[in-house]
Amino acid sequence: MTIAAIFSNVVRQASIAALALGALAAHAADLTVSAAASLTHAFKELAPAFEAQHPGTRLLFNFAASDTLLAQIAKGAPVDVFASADQETMDKADAQKLLAPGSRRNFAGNALVLVQPSDSPLAPRSLADLLKPEFKRIALGKPEGVPAGRYARGALEAATLWSAIEPKAVYAQNVRQALDYVARGEVEAGFVYATDAAVQKDKVKIAFSIPTATPISYPVAAIAGSAELAGARRFIDYLASPAAQSVLARHGFQKP
Amino acid sequence: VDPAWIALALSLKVAGWATALNLLLGVAAAYVLARFRFPGRELVDAVLTLPMVLPPTVLGYYLLVLIGKRGWLGSWLSATFGINLIFTWQGAVIAATIVAFPLVLKSARAAFETVDPQLERAARVLGLGEWAVFFRVTLPLAWRGILAGLLLAFARALGEFGATLMVAGSIPGRTQTLSIAVYEAVQAGQDSTANTLVLITSLTCIAVLLSAGRLAPARHLAA
Repeated sequence: MTIAAIFSNVVRQASIAALALGALAAHAADLTVSAAASLTHAFKELAPAFEAQHPGTRLLFNFAASDTLLAQIAKGAPVDVFASADQETMDKADAQKLLAPGSRRNFAGNALVLVQPSDSPLAPRSLADLLKPEFKRIALGKPEGVPAGRYARGALEAATLWSAIEPKAVYAQNVRQALDYVARGEVEAGFVYATDAAVQKDKVKIAFSIPTATPISYPVAAIAGSAELAGARRFIDYLASPAAQSVLARHGFQKP
Repeated sequence: VDPAWIALALSLKVAGWATALNLLLGVAAAYVLARFRFPGRELVDAVLTLPMVLPPTVLGYYLLVLIGKRGWLGSWLSATFGINLIFTWQGAVIAATIVAFPLVLKSARAAFETVDPQLERAARVLGLGEWAVFFRVTLPLAWRGILAGLLLAFARALGEFGATLMVAGSIPGRTQTLSIAVYEAVQAGQDSTANTLVLITSLTCIAVLLSAGRLAPARHLAA
């Protein structure tokens, strides 16, 4: 092979590699949506319809506990839309001037429930029943970083049970992990959203619903400085549309 | 007491137990692999080395399936002895032991293989039993390599994160080790806590490396 042939071969390989990298990197309109873990199934189901309505736009989801997502955004993660499981986390984002002005709105509601492994013989009727020795471990999201955990702690504090239940607490990184601990039978009970309990219907059962001091409502907002601000606003509008609301309702979410 | 020190104490406890267990398990397995020929020997070595190359999440999942309350070993332990390993510091020790095991195995096997069999044969000729040959000839000659492996294993166990988080969870004061506490603090946006924790972790690792240098001095000094 002559040097020229080798050279042209190398150039060809390099340009193929560059094309492949280009395809992996910035798609014309990639919309990065950081959403609370409890939204995982519903948002994944919403995506194809939104992408079909807006050709050329692709949704990239990043699911985690709301506080984790906020910490990432505050550190400069290139996020376009943020959907949190509580108002408190979104308030913090607002206070840090991370939100595009006027883009915030509520799009769904949820309920806190106590779940047990579906084969559990225990039948708790109230939060006070969790004091019984049969309940050795109780899963909840870590209150410092997981809204579902904060709601659970708030409900236990309101019933003046928190200090007695706290030694039994097993903290999860997000609400879906708390659900998984219950589904695997590693804990006797756990605090999750009604929508999470529906995801593992065959493995967990709902003992009862727990009223929360503040209603559980999900806010969404565009992130200030997003390169896809118009797309972000379109996605937020889409969440309020009848089509999106019916998908959310099918996953057990309530009206905002 | 600052929670950071509790996390440090827990990390040292878990890493210490994992290293002690590996001293027994790793050295025994290494000796068998180095001194006995049997079919499938290299396959056994490969399987025992897996924890070094497998992602910690895969190990964590294997452990959950194995020792979880519904796992085949876990359900037996729970029914027979009432022992539950998930979400306990003992569970963290098991995760750290398995992750660090290949480091001891590899170093100890190499160390045993460099021991001249002539010396062992001479000891036997002089009337020593098999145990005496091992403890008075083979082990002292291989000790330097084993010690190096143990120090690596201690450092690896101290930094264990993925499998531990899956098996032991993150319960402050009980299973929340330093590396998990750092992760939690960063996830929750608590930067000042994270700063304290990473400083403590870094200083601990420097202390481990310095004592490693003391325990295993350079070859030319000891020879």
